[in-house]
Amino acid sequence: MTVGSTYGTRLPGLPDHALPGKLIVIEGADGSGRTTEVVLLREWLEVEGHAVVDTGLRRSTLVAEEIDRAKQGHTLGATTMALLYCVDFADQLENKIIPALAAGSTVLADRYIYTLMARAVVRGASRDWARELYAFAIQPDLVVFLEARPEILLHRAIAKYGSLDYWESGMDLSLSRDLFESFFAYQDRLSKEFAWVGAEYGFHRVDANRVPEKVHEDVRALVAPLYSGKGSRAPPRAPLSRPRRPTASA
Amino acid sequence: MPETPSPNHGYPGRLFVFEGLDGSGKSTQAALLGKWLQAQGYRVFFTEWNSSELTAATIRRGKKKNLLTPTTFSLLHATDFADRFERKILPPLRAGYVVVCDRYAFTAFVRDAARGCDPAWVRNMYSFAPRPDCVFYFRVPVAVTLQRKVASRLKINYYEAGMDLGLSDDVEDSYQRFQTRLKQEYERMVKTDQFTVIDSSRSVETIQQQLRGIVRPILENFPMATRLMHDSG
Repeated sequence: MTVGSTYGTRLPGLPDHALPGKLIVIEGADGSGRTTEVVLLREWLEVEGHAVVDTGLRRSTLVAEEIDRAKQGHTLGATTMALLYCVDFADQLENKIIPALAAGSTVLADRYIYTLMARAVVRGASRDWARELYAFAIQPDLVVFLEARPEILLHRAIAKYGSLDYWESGMDLSLSRDLFESFFAYQDRLSKEFAWVGAEYGFHRVDANRVPEKVHEDVRALVAPLYSGKGSRAPPRAPLSRPRRPTASA
Repeated sequence: MPETPSPNHGYPGRLFVFEGLDGSGKSTQAALLGKWLQAQGYRVFFTEWNSSELTAATIRRGKKKNLLTPTTFSLLHATDFADRFERKILPPLRAGYVVVCDRYAFTAFVRDAARGCDPAWVRNMYSFAPRPDCVFYFRVPVAVTLQRKVASRLKINYYEAGMDLGLSDDVEDSYQRFQTRLKQEYERMVKTDQFTVIDSSRSVETIQQQLRGIVRPILENFPMATRLMHDSG
């Protein structure tokens, strides 16, 4: 992999040097067992002798505070919020993910551009816009999608927080004043978008309705070939077509 | 009075944009045009580039510490513009008022292109921004903007001079080269984005008369603020 292995848009200012590390992404809704799986996977990879760096969303030094403040105030428009998350991602990509990959480490990403794209589209952005916005992201070696039924997600969320989260229930979308109804309506919309994103970006689906040990077994089976030297990496995608819509620039 | 939607963006309001290099005189003219429109009875909303509170502190911090790459620089400005757009530009446009923008998405197009960002990527990012009813592009020689800068004794800042691009170690030299690139990008857009070119070498009064002449027909039959607030008769 090189710095040039993006989804179609170059990253200006970065020389196209080699990235010998591996980029593994774990995607899934809140309550799908993502974070547990990242911990198990990290442990296993390190025992196997690989250096692991983990990343997630909203962890950049540049704008994480702004995002937290904006979420408290609930006042940002959908486009602004989508772009703010994108800044956060770009900052981590350039300052954390790429340097770690360049150093030969394995980067374990607890969510990646796919969650951000799905959330933006659920909030009214077009798929073309979201796809092109994130076209500067480095293509991962593997994307695992932990798939769990909404009822299971609900019970895990309640077990964990004692309640439902405002944002994970999509309350900002005004789907319903009722937190429960909003949660199901929102998860339903999100999973529709994840279906599209997953088909387009080649997700490996894992049944996450089961106990963590079973899930981990399946994930290990997907990850192991990356280190077997057989070159399990998917061939690079062709640059994405450029959507054109009437705009200020049209 | 029924409001006629703008042929360019479909909203009942009207959108006038001022673009050009720093020191081209566009801000002076934008303010004068706004004043005149208000005196005519129109309700005018005025916005400037980089004026939202959301990311201003981040942009300032990032610039100070030179933390920004072309990609994050571009994304932060787009975020800032989106916030301003969603709060200050779109609502008055939808309500049927006049919006005057001192710089718009075109400023991002020229700056990001000069920093090496993929132009198609940048255009996509701003595709939520409607096409203005008129874009006034203030054409000025780079040497003139530098003279004005020096005469006003304002210090040229790091990013304004494009120092992050490593074009030159000398601030004035870098400024000149960077602004030349920006101008080339603007000139490229004159045709593709249907700019109305304003020759900024003329007097303030002459330019203002020209602008009023261009705006008048666009606002023909456009409702004044009082007519929007009260039934006539």
